[in-house]
Amino acid sequence: MIHSLFLINSSGDIFLEKHWKSVVSRSVCDYFFEAQERATEAENVPPVIPTPHHYLLSVYRHKIFFVAVIQTEVPPLFVIEFLHRVVDTFQDYFGVCSEPVIKDNVVVVYEVLEEMLDNGFPLATESNILKELIKPPTILRTVVNTITGSTNVGDQLPTGQLSVVPWRRTGVKYTNNEAYFDVIEEIDAIIDKSGSTITAEIQGVIDACVKLTGMPDLTLSFMNPRLLDDVSFHPCVRFKRWESERILSFIPPDGNFRLLSYHVSAQNLVAIPVYVKHNISFRDSSSLGRFEITVGPKQTMGKTIEGVIVTSQMPKGVLNMSLTPSQGTHTFDPVTKMLSWDVGKINPQKLPSLKGTMSLQAGASKPDENPTINLQFKIQQLAISGLKVNRLDMYGEKYKPFKGIKYMTKAGKFQVRT
Amino acid sequence: MSSNSFAYNEQSGGGEATELGQEATSTISPSGAFGLFSSDLKKNEDLKQMLESNKDSAKLDAMKRIVGMIAKGKNASELFPAVVKNVASKNIEIKKLVYVYLVRYAEEQQDLALLSISTFQRALKDPNQLIRASALRVLSSIRVPIIVPIMMLAIKEASADLSPYVRKNAAHAIQKLYSLDPEQKEMLIEVIEKLLKDKSTLVAGSVVMAFEEVCPDRIDLIHKNYRKLCNLLVDVEEWGQVVIIHMLTRYARTQFVSPWKEDDGLEDNEKNFYESDDEQKEKTDQRKKPYTMDPDHRLLIRNTKPLLQSRNAAVVMAVAQLYWHISPKSEVGIISKSLVRLLRSNREVQYIVLQNIATMSIQRKGMFEPYLKSFYVRSTDPTMIKTLKLEILTNLANEANISTLLREFQTYVKSQDKQFAAATIQTIGRCATNISEVTDTCLNGLVCLLSNRDEIVVAESVVVIKKLLQMQPAQHGEIIKHMAKLLDSITVPVARASILWLIGENCERVPKIAPDVLRKMAKSFTSEDDLVKLQILNLGAKLYLTNSRQTKLLTQYILNLGKYDQNYDIRDRTRFIRQLIVPNEKSGALSKYAKKIFLAQKPAPLLESPFKDRDHFQLGTLSHTLNTKATGYLELSNWPEVAPDPSVRNVEVIELAKEWTPAGKAKKENPAKKFYSESEEEEDSSDSSSDSESESGSASGEQDEGDSSDDSSEESSSEHGSDSESASEVGDKRTAKRNSKSKGKSDSEDGEKENEKSKTSDSSSADSSSEEESSSDSESESESESESESRKVTKSSMLPVMALFVRERGSKRKSQIILSKEKEKKKTKQDRNPLTKDVSLLDLDDFNPVSTPVALPTPALSPSLIADLEGLNLSASSSVISVSTPVFVPVKTHVLLHRMSGRGLAAHYFFPRQPCIFGDKMVSVQITLNNTTDRKIENIHIGGKKLPMGMQMHVFNPIESLEPEGSITVSMGIDFCDSTQTASFQLCTKDDCFSVNIQPPVGELLLPVAMSEKDFKKEQGMLTGMNETSTVIIAAPQNFTPSVILQKVVNVANVGVVPSGQDNIHRFAAKTVHSGSLMLVTVELKEGSTAQLIINTERTVIGSVLLRELKPVLSQG
Repeated sequence: MIHSLFLINSSGDIFLEKHWKSVVSRSVCDYFFEAQERATEAENVPPVIPTPHHYLLSVYRHKIFFVAVIQTEVPPLFVIEFLHRVVDTFQDYFGVCSEPVIKDNVVVVYEVLEEMLDNGFPLATESNILKELIKPPTILRTVVNTITGSTNVGDQLPTGQLSVVPWRRTGVKYTNNEAYFDVIEEIDAIIDKSGSTITAEIQGVIDACVKLTGMPDLTLSFMNPRLLDDVSFHPCVRFKRWESERILSFIPPDGNFRLLSYHVSAQNLVAIPVYVKHNISFRDSSSLGRFEITVGPKQTMGKTIEGVIVTSQMPKGVLNMSLTPSQGTHTFDPVTKMLSWDVGKINPQKLPSLKGTMSLQAGASKPDENPTINLQFKIQQLAISGLKVNRLDMYGEKYKPFKGIKYMTKAGKFQVRT
Repeated sequence: MSSNSFAYNEQSGGGEATELGQEATSTISPSGAFGLFSSDLKKNEDLKQMLESNKDSAKLDAMKRIVGMIAKGKNASELFPAVVKNVASKNIEIKKLVYVYLVRYAEEQQDLALLSISTFQRALKDPNQLIRASALRVLSSIRVPIIVPIMMLAIKEASADLSPYVRKNAAHAIQKLYSLDPEQKEMLIEVIEKLLKDKSTLVAGSVVMAFEEVCPDRIDLIHKNYRKLCNLLVDVEEWGQVVIIHMLTRYARTQFVSPWKEDDGLEDNEKNFYESDDEQKEKTDQRKKPYTMDPDHRLLIRNTKPLLQSRNAAVVMAVAQLYWHISPKSEVGIISKSLVRLLRSNREVQYIVLQNIATMSIQRKGMFEPYLKSFYVRSTDPTMIKTLKLEILTNLANEANISTLLREFQTYVKSQDKQFAAATIQTIGRCATNISEVTDTCLNGLVCLLSNRDEIVVAESVVVIKKLLQMQPAQHGEIIKHMAKLLDSITVPVARASILWLIGENCERVPKIAPDVLRKMAKSFTSEDDLVKLQILNLGAKLYLTNSRQTKLLTQYILNLGKYDQNYDIRDRTRFIRQLIVPNEKSGALSKYAKKIFLAQKPAPLLESPFKDRDHFQLGTLSHTLNTKATGYLELSNWPEVAPDPSVRNVEVIELAKEWTPAGKAKKENPAKKFYSESEEEEDSSDSSSDSESESGSASGEQDEGDSSDDSSEESSSEHGSDSESASEVGDKRTAKRNSKSKGKSDSEDGEKENEKSKTSDSSSADSSSEEESSSDSESESESESESESRKVTKSSMLPVMALFVRERGSKRKSQIILSKEKEKKKTKQDRNPLTKDVSLLDLDDFNPVSTPVALPTPALSPSLIADLEGLNLSASSSVISVSTPVFVPVKTHVLLHRMSGRGLAAHYFFPRQPCIFGDKMVSVQITLNNTTDRKIENIHIGGKKLPMGMQMHVFNPIESLEPEGSITVSMGIDFCDSTQTASFQLCTKDDCFSVNIQPPVGELLLPVAMSEKDFKKEQGMLTGMNETSTVIIAAPQNFTPSVILQKVVNVANVGVVPSGQDNIHRFAAKTVHSGSLMLVTVELKEGSTAQLIINTERTVIGSVLLRELKPVLSQG
């Protein structure tokens, strides 16, 4: 399946290569560079590039292209999903996934890749298992290793690999047993010029951080499970219990994992917690344009909106902007024409606004379209769909764990057309 | 030279290094003066030293540096001898890194690599499975042809290893060996065959992968493992799931008949609408017969459904393509929601998923219409995603949503991403051609865009307008004039060419403008693009033909310019046009037709989706994404006309299942045929169920069918006992009919039919001799189905159900022997499949049982819910006679013992609605015990029982202890003797005894039965009078939708749904657990908001109790 993997940075250097079958010359990447040039932007590089003898499937994350070389027919999503899993694993191991980090840990990276694929077919992709096979580098462990001469490589087959719960390792021990669940909902919306909603959806996830001793069997139930329209689970969740009782029953992996992602059906009306008042105008005659936006809370259920960031890609004709915000800071990059305004918290008494003028290229005609405004925000302690966790029970172990549930609403792809 | 090396010494620094440097000098000198190389060599020297040191830490450091070199793509091959020595290192990390190195370079240094082999051979025997596995991994990754035999041996051994992990690695090694030496194929297939039988979920994915790589055509290896794979699928790791699902999709396409046939059948039906009733009836029968889904086919579809919920996009896509390619059309809809969910994922995933959705949405608009808004474009999407979304929006556009879409498109046209804006204009053009209502609106909109400031937008609009005008050329003079003006400003060649073409085509409508345009163009001819030049030539030619007075000179001027153009295409075109339009002595007859040639009616271009023809590639494959055949792409075969023998999937154990094994079975052929006929029977008895399974079967068709079967039974009762003459007539007709129907079949079938007829009489007479009560006139009449039906009535009225089964099995065995003899006779003539089919047709006429002998997969409700139960059952080939899977209902628990009265011990019970494992006549009851105290409860068991007469109880095994907060579920069986009497017993712990009792709701005393509508009616006919109770229900109409009724009835009672041909009648069938008497429930909807509830059963007491229970449930809001 996957023949080779090349890691390419944004300046077009191949800084890591790994082959699982016979070696494929790195000149194969020339086809990729060609496509990259044609695409102008990294985002537009096609994920599948055919070459005379190979096919290049790539993903672009953290400013790195992960290019897999394959030779024969294979479901493209298989490879793409796997590459994403590789990136996730690196992130899990090193905290961040960036070129310098990968270069620093090249041996661990190599060992991990060796375990993840055998002859191009995925072998161990669960991070719990991988971490048992190859321990992630920590400062402490490096020091210990240099003194004692022990290694990062485990010499026993991780028990999870063979058990019916391959995602959990055995012999987990904690002095403080805790299980935290974050219900995070993101609102995807397109708001039109007049402020009416064109489309709005709620996508949610439940991320868990479970640090429990032994083999706990958890059940999580909701007050209103009917809200969840479409769900996808971590493999640990017992599908049948969900189907029959709408209860999440699972033996959790150790550590951080995504328990569930869900979608709240589009039929339910989505409460839009913010509104944006905008007045952006270009005039044909003058080389100055007016720019004014105000952000205010709408349906927030009494919670404050924080972390508001407004970004907008201005038309090419805009040379510079002179703006004054009533709060927060703003930047305008005259090269990329990206305006970004970090608002912070919204105070309903004193609505934040950004006003000023834009200087346009002299002589150029006015742009036909006003820029779209992208919005980011966070609301703590609120799940906008109204989803509520009812209770969390633990079976199979005797101790009393500490349980915590946190709700948060965020903006997903939240766009306001102007 | 020495100075050179000296410099490097200084760089590396350190006293030791200086020495090394001197050594290095000597090695370099002969090789030449390349500084770069010497630097590498010297560095490697240093590494060699470290590798030869005694300290593990130094070795490890060296290995790490070497791996770093490999990772960067630097050549480290000459360190091979030094590295390979460390292969036996005790330090596991060094060992692993050496492995990494070996795998990378062994191919280049084959001789040296052999040194390491013995180490691996030793490691293969290591007690630690991880070491065994990794030894095998490395050994098989070393691409050295000399060790092929060793690898083969190692694989064989590992495939029998106790550790599934090692076996998994063996499966991987198979592929490696195969790519190294394809000669080994045969031997490897043997290993694959062995590993396919493996029951471990760990191995399944890898071995199927090996199968796909080595021998994808050996589909026969899958047969025996098919059901196992289906059942294991959910537990296999995600990557294995993808591979298995893709393989099974191909498998299903070769092994099952198409579930899409209904559509064809419908057409047939309509065609023959005016045929006589008699024929019509037969036709319908025939149409229904060919298709009932193979239970194995259903199994696959059902078992993959939960995987749509997977977090892995590849798995979801794999299931989606499986549904698309092999499930009935009516069930494909469920995948759209999951696919839309994937759109939230990364850009790359979106890209692939959108491509697949685009292909699907061309064929099945309805699937994605509800999700229209999910495809709205955001300004932050990458361009490729935007264009794909546009593509899908276009495919989904229809009269209802086009106005919303056009408004959305307006926003897109203004987008700053001009490439995307241009694509939007194309899209608007396509919408305009597809939906005639909005053509004018779109055209006007596009004309407005002509005044846009952006050139790309204008150019694209021109091109699209040109296409639109071509479709309806009339009365658009204004637009053409407008466009002619644009020629002064617009520079994009395609647009200019389009305008010129348009003017030329419509030159008679704009007689004043056209010559003027030509004049302008003549001036700028030399500076135009080639594309434009060609169109200028065309315009000139057309004008010359229509308006030669004004344009003759101009055209000639242009032709002269063209004659000396640099581009040979243009010179060529010029010559051609000159010959054609300018009459001279050389020009032939053609010039007379010049006008016709140039100004012919041209067909409007079809604006089609680029995804139109992609569907011939399997969805979700690389080939589909690229729209070309990728290396190694395996074509998805068409459905077979006739399903290959399904018995090949029976596993040995099942063949031994007691019910079906004839005592004197000698030949191997027997079980196969038996299975076949049995499934055919099932098809017949459920002939109308295929309708309910797929909504696509039109209601009218169903109605027809219901009617005609009514007719037929009436007819048959009147004709009953008539002479054989009429029967043979029927037979003749039927033969003719079949011929007309089975176009694909060979002519020889005719002859075959004749034989068949004679054979029929043979077999049926033989049959009649074996069965005393079979009707005397069955000789040749047995071909007529209605007749056999009526006979069945007599049978079933005489004997209780169970006895009938026994007898029927016996008779079947006999008939099989007869048939198999005949089959042997005919083998030379016919190929096997059609024959078996015909044989079984006869079989079914003769032995159509009262109710189906095989559990039908319940067609109606969420099949996946019962999947687990079904999965287990199916592997045993549905040995539970006539009992079908219960329709799923939420579990209702009852309190057995409250925790207060039980001193902390709480007990609940519920009826799982499964056949009891403790005894045939028992109802299974599950009891959940909870310990709510803070100490252990020990020795929970059942004490004294106080049971009414005849009642029996199978208790659960005593539970030694129950932890605090613990809970345990045990099952027990109670034979309630078909009564609702209470079973009282004592639940005891070590210290206490609590009296508890279980009173069963009447609905739980039943087991669902699968039967066809026909059988149902028959049975009902016999259970009239005393055995019938009925009542009238009044309720609001919304409670009388089929799903509501079904829900309510199955909530109350454990009954099976009988597929119904009529919308207003719902039928349910069950048998009582203890006595096995039938319990038939009918809900017939009447005018207004009333309905009649009828229950037919021998057990009148239970019947009336059930009636009383059902009535309030059905009538309540």
